Amino acid sequence: MTKSRWILFCLVLVGTATFGLDALAASTGAPVPWQMYFRDAATPVMQDIVDFHNLILWIEVAIVLLVLGLMLWIIVKFNAKANPVPTRTTHNTALEIAWTVVPVLILLVIAVPSMKLLFFMDKAKNPAMTLKVVSHQWYWSYEYPDHDGFTFDSNLVPEDQLKPGQLRLLEVDNRVVLPADTEIRLVLTSDDVIHNWAVPSFGVKMDTVPGRLNEAWVKIDSKNIGTYYGQCSELCGVNHAFMPIAVDVVSKQDFQAWVEQARKKFAKADEPLKVVDAGTR
Amino acid sequence: MAEAHAHAHGHDHGAHAHHPTGWRRWAYSTNHKDIGTMYIVLAFVASLVGVAFSMMLRAELAYPGMQLIHDQQFYNVLVTAHGLIMVFFVVMPSLIGGFGNWFVPLMIGTPDMAFPRMNNISFWLTLVGLCLVATSTLVGTGAGTGWTVYPPLSNAVFHPGMAVDFAILSLHVAGAASILGAINFITTIFNMRAPGMTFHRMPLFVWAILVTAFLLLLALPVLAGALTMLLTDRNFGTSFFAPQGGGDPIFWQHLFWFFGHPEVYIMIIPAFGIISQVVSTFSKKPVFGYLGMAYAMVAIGFIGFVVWAHHMFTVGFNVETRAYFVIAHFHYVLSVAAVFAIFTGMYYWLPKMCGRMYDERLGQWQFWITFVGVNVLFFPQHFLGLAGMPRRIADYPDAYAGWNLVSSVGAAITLVGTLLFIYLLYRTLTAGERAPANPWGEGATTLEWTVESPAPFHTHEILPNITTQPAE
Ligand code: HEM
Ligand SMILES: [Cu+2]
Ligand SMILES: [Cu+2]
Repeated sequence: MTKSRWILFCLVLVGTATFGLDALAASTGAPVPWQMYFRDAATPVMQDIVDFHNLILWIEVAIVLLVLGLMLWIIVKFNAKANPVPTRTTHNTALEIAWTVVPVLILLVIAVPSMKLLFFMDKAKNPAMTLKVVSHQWYWSYEYPDHDGFTFDSNLVPEDQLKPGQLRLLEVDNRVVLPADTEIRLVLTSDDVIHNWAVPSFGVKMDTVPGRLNEAWVKIDSKNIGTYYGQCSELCGVNHAFMPIAVDVVSKQDFQAWVEQARKKFAKADEPLKVVDAGTR
Repeated sequence: MAEAHAHAHGHDHGAHAHHPTGWRRWAYSTNHKDIGTMYIVLAFVASLVGVAFSMMLRAELAYPGMQLIHDQQFYNVLVTAHGLIMVFFVVMPSLIGGFGNWFVPLMIGTPDMAFPRMNNISFWLTLVGLCLVATSTLVGTGAGTGWTVYPPLSNAVFHPGMAVDFAILSLHVAGAASILGAINFITTIFNMRAPGMTFHRMPLFVWAILVTAFLLLLALPVLAGALTMLLTDRNFGTSFFAPQGGGDPIFWQHLFWFFGHPEVYIMIIPAFGIISQVVSTFSKKPVFGYLGMAYAMVAIGFIGFVVWAHHMFTVGFNVETRAYFVIAHFHYVLSVAAVFAIFTGMYYWLPKMCGRMYDERLGQWQFWITFVGVNVLFFPQHFLGLAGMPRRIADYPDAYAGWNLVSSVGAAITLVGTLLFIYLLYRTLTAGERAPANPWGEGATTLEWTVESPAPFHTHEILPNITTQPAE
């Protein structure tokens, strides 16, 4: 994050800075107290989202300052005391054209990078592996079709079973593990209602829709090895708040080792995904 | 048509002649002012419920963990009911049914709406809708689907019981009421303007209601169709939205947002109209770029229909929606902009509606308290959204605790401001000074200020003739 951006942000949010550097400190794959901004980008997609957001934020700040300035000018110079006889001017063609054309131009400036971003996010170009994500009420299951298709479920660790240091409502029993420096295609679907697999640091927030396969992709640099958290982000029923996502990003070697061990551990689960009884809710 | 009306009412001599009294006056009302008043009362009552629900939500979210609402389904039910009530039974009835009914006929110089009986049924259907949505929260485990009612969560498998059916019927009935209302406004504005009241002389509030009415007329039937399909999916074994039967849940989302995006404009365009009148009145000059503003509203209306797809980004086309950022964003549009415009309209037109002035000092206090409140309430939600907090969760990871507490404190401040407004209303109605026909001076040039305050039961029985350039 560039310094100037933060300085600007603080300027706009006068007062909020009093919460101290805590809020501004670079965040990790999990949210931190008083966080005011994105988590650090771990993928190219998220980096682009952050950059795009910053572009819009600058434009927005400029517009807000302009409007605020104009309002102050009017309030000071043209209040009933300062300007007792209002002008009857009701038209200024040049001005009216300008304030129609300028916003259109601004929209174009925004539209171009936004379309680029959409296409960039859309699909992996050369995926080296695929992770299949299936949502259920109220847990996730993951499948590794390129590694003999083993699969496992990932459930919330309830509050009373948390180990010290584990994050409430974010920790799961079986984290999904992904290799760094690898272009990974995510294929997402659902077993029951619509859920949403969202990991903010990855810039992924994708609906899982029954009867459809949605696609997203991630590529995480080895300097970003670590644990990343997310939550279900589409209302999916009673335990919508309680089906988190935790991803361990490890080196390629560690990933191979994990795959060997996971194959054995989840061997039983090799059979096709069971369909959860639709009646439970 | 205008003529027919002038005739019908031409027999009433004197302002208060020949109208039913007691409960009949209201139940059978065909009078645009009485119906407008009833809409405002309905919106007021609904807002008490909607605000109470939102305070329960914010109270629960003040601290991490589940303290007040132990059942997540109940949280979901409150979120759903709050959203539906605020949108369909607070913002729409006050802006369109309330101010629209009261002031469109007054401003264009006609004695009443084109179809007074239809106006009556519009109001009573809206009330039925409100009762149905209230019922839906009480039936079984309630409708915990969010106001977007996405299937499959909203289908009979995941929401058995009748709660969702009640919610659907509520929207159906409220939608029908709005369609009838829209037809009424369009007909009235097209055919019943006083002589000389050309389109290009119409006050901007009337323009706003006209554009809104067209949006309603085009958007609501689509919602009605979608709701009907959902109803038959739930009850009669169709599978429009069920993948097992060849349907597709995304189909619902397209239909819903075809309605949902214009709906945002339906709530904000009348607000533009009110602000335009007020700015013009108090700056004592016609609105700058009047025609530009009128056609801007028309253009916004058009655009509203082509951008519904942007709601579908995370669906599979793919961004920063569905996080708390969205909650912050639409509350700024709806709660801050639309609701402040409703307050503005109340202050501006109270003297005309009830014949009494409000206390300016109390009004200033109410503005500042509410203004600070909503900003403390909604601004921190931007941070929560950027940091990754999802919507519609009753409990959140502990890192989000700080800004959530700030937001809940903001809710409490907003509540104080809202209660102060209720007190101000009470004071105005019971002890306010008598208002003259035009309390706002030379800048108030629209026709409603030419009739006495409170506006008599019948107005413009002799059609005004607008020959000069009227107020904008
Ligand atoms: C008193 C001020 C208000 C407060 C404290 C408030 C609070 C809330 C809260 C806490 C939520 C749920 C957030 C979540 O968990 O996802 C919510 C949702 C919502 N609110 Fe408000 N709100 C207020 C005013 C309004 C107004 C005036 C409107 C007008 C339309 C409105 C429309 C909505 C809608 C449409 C939703 C989304 C419901 C859903 O997710 O299905 N709110 N509000
Ligand atoms: Cu879910
Ligand atoms: Cu969910």
